[in-house]
Amino acid sequence: MEELALYILDLVQNSIEAGADRVCVFLDQCAADGKIVIEVRDNGRGMDEAARAAAFDPFYTTRTTRRLGLGLALLRAAAEATRGWVELESQVGAGTRVKAVFDASHIDCPPLGDVPTTLAVILAANPDLELCYRHRFGDREFSFTSSELRARLGEVALNDPTVFQCLRELFAESLDNLHGGVNP
Amino acid sequence: MKSLQDLERIRLKAQERMRVREGEGATKIAVGMGTCGIAAGARDVMAAILDEVAKRKLADVTVTQTGCVGLCEYEPLVDVILPGQQKVTYARVDADKARQIVARHVVNRQIIGDWVLARS
Ligand SMILES: Nc1ncnc2c1ncn2[C@@H]1O[C@H](COP(=O)(O)OP(=O)(O)O)[C@@H](O)[C@H]1O
Ligand SMILES: [Mg+2]
Repeated sequence: MEELALYILDLVQNSIEAGADRVCVFLDQCAADGKIVIEVRDNGRGMDEAARAAAFDPFYTTRTTRRLGLGLALLRAAAEATRGWVELESQVGAGTRVKAVFDASHIDCPPLGDVPTTLAVILAANPDLELCYRHRFGDREFSFTSSELRARLGEVALNDPTVFQCLRELFAESLDNLHGGVNP
Repeated sequence: MKSLQDLERIRLKAQERMRVREGEGATKIAVGMGTCGIAAGARDVMAAILDEVAKRKLADVTVTQTGCVGLCEYEPLVDVILPGQQKVTYARVDADKARQIVARHVVNRQIIGDWVLARS
């Protein structure tokens, strides 16, 4: 993937496919040590020990449409290419937590990419999802939950195209503020 | 400066739009968002479609996602279903093609044959 943001989207898709209706995304850009941490937690069906052991194998997938399960294998390869790593914690019935650590100073680290569009697309594609998002940059933080957005929207759904446009701009400005003119 | 207050303005506008719907039934546009779709640009395709639908103030168009259908080499895939018609699947869509699909297929009802992978 060309952007770290696309891994976030792909991880959230895994959560959705696992039946999750609650997903938390945590993005930590530690200014000091140059690490970028992406963490996605869900309340989906989870994985048993055999599934956990096979999850990073590109030839393992529970989907029936194709034989390759690429997402987690790609994520691990990308993180390890920066001398980072991926952690997976999952329990059947309890949910899953995937944490990927990238070294942003490494030449092979993809750029963070378009986080505002990624978030707005996640919300539009999953209008009923309980999404919580927390983004840390140094000692500053930006966060929101889909339920606080929904409360403002009343009966207008999160997949309304006008809402998408508005949220994308809102997130873009919020992240500009977070980064305070610093180009991460 | 955008703020959460803007969402309340959006809410009023959207409510207005919902009232003017003609009742012909909804058009459905679905973007393939499996790993291969995402790697090939599905996020920006979905964003372009939503943006174009909003710009043109189209009522009764629903934009959704589909999972992997096993046609990874043709991603990003976009399905268009006009009310009462069969599904048309476009292959290797990018943001620019996506906007044209909204303009030509959804608005002008003209299927763009060159980009079609399948009809079902
Ligand atoms: N959040 C999750 N919850 C439960 N199972 C998961 C989750 N993420 C991945 N898996 C399991 O790991 C497998 C491999 O995932 P992945 O590498 O993303 O490939 P794919 O999604 O294409 O199958 C999935 O098929 C699924 O069985
Ligand atoms: Mg996956």
